[in-house]
Amino acid sequence: MTFWDQAIEISRVDLRVERRMGDVLRIILPFAIIALLVFPLALGVDLSAITQLGPAVFWAIGVLFGMQVALRQAADDRPERRDLYALLGVDPAARFVGRTMSGSVLTVGFMIALLVATFVLYSPRLPSGWPGPVILAVLLTAVGLTELGTLAGEVTAGLRSRTVLASLIVAPLAIPLVIGGSQTLESLIRDTSILPWLLLLVATDLALAVAGVALARPLEEASR
Amino acid sequence: MRLDRVGTHVELEDAGVSLGGQTILRDLTLSVGAAEVLGIAGPNGSGKTTLLRLLATLTAPAQGTGRVLGAALGSSEVYGIRREIGLVGHIPTVVGELTLRENLDHATRLFGGDTARIERALQVVGLAEAADRKVEQSSYGMLRRTEAARLLITRPRLLLLDEAFSGLDVDAQQLIDALITRTTENGGAVVMVSHDASHLAERAGRVMAIAAGRLELAA
Repeated sequence: MTFWDQAIEISRVDLRVERRMGDVLRIILPFAIIALLVFPLALGVDLSAITQLGPAVFWAIGVLFGMQVALRQAADDRPERRDLYALLGVDPAARFVGRTMSGSVLTVGFMIALLVATFVLYSPRLPSGWPGPVILAVLLTAVGLTELGTLAGEVTAGLRSRTVLASLIVAPLAIPLVIGGSQTLESLIRDTSILPWLLLLVATDLALAVAGVALARPLEEASR
Repeated sequence: MRLDRVGTHVELEDAGVSLGGQTILRDLTLSVGAAEVLGIAGPNGSGKTTLLRLLATLTAPAQGTGRVLGAALGSSEVYGIRREIGLVGHIPTVVGELTLRENLDHATRLFGGDTARIERALQVVGLAEAADRKVEQSSYGMLRRTEAARLLITRPRLLLLDEAFSGLDVDAQQLIDALITRTTENGGAVVMVSHDASHLAERAGRVMAIAAGRLELAA
């Protein structure tokens, strides 16, 4: 079985498990929408402030809850399953890529649903032609977050305080993604170039992908 | 000393394992040949499971040397032979949210095996009727049978059994026996550990004892 066959199989099963368990759809997304609701309630009836804050709140909530989507696999990654994969000859890098693929699908879906909710709740004023750049920024941010979550899950594998530690690793390292995503939207509103921010997102995604693939084997061996 | 004699599947020379700074196994010298069944008996906490993890290449030796299926333990050579090792551990290894059939399908695909053999394997282990049950709806014995079906497909050259007979009915025990026979008939080797020496005496050509991390000949 080739590297990509293994990655696709891991991704396929991960998405099947999510379809049955519904962690993202039934738990994380409703909580994130509740968090979106809290801000307008706190701001009262100042509609212009709500409209202005919408994009910033979207990115803050999106990244914080997107982290939970990205880290959900780590919670289910038991040592016995890691051992089984090793003895089936699964390349740890293929496992990283497979989990990143399935996680990215879920995180992108989550962030797009959140974007729709933001429009409903905040009615942000965006210039015409915004959907393409914003969706691209959401896509790149979601992929980066998932790579980061998968990598953090590998770094903390086998540790007792894994869930908390993984979140602590992801939060500061997600800063380039938050800046890239939020500034893309901000640049659209100010009518300035979005290219530097999209490049920041692409560079972050690539760096995380290289790190994830290169470190997959050493991290797996170190986790035992 | 070179540890790659023809026909020797496992060879350890003064090997030791430390976990978390504590020495679990020490001075292990051991050889298991092709078509051999070795039993290792020992009480809880004696290091049996750690020994099997060492042989499964999932733990590297802290001292001494060793080779499994020709690959030097602790080196990158082990990555290439891991798929030829079958490990049945304390806890059946399955994905909880999948059915038994889906678990077998997943493992077969990752291994690169022939998925057409899944139905036959399920029949052999007696799970043809229950294969669409989810893991949470299945008994311990069914999960063990699923593992056995997986091993029928992956056909390991080195089969490692950790208390594999505990908690199983007679039919399921016979299934594990059939796996042992099949492995040795194909020139593979089997190492089984148990706290119950009677399980080992019936099946192993040679039985050793392990106590406080050291191996010795069984009385």
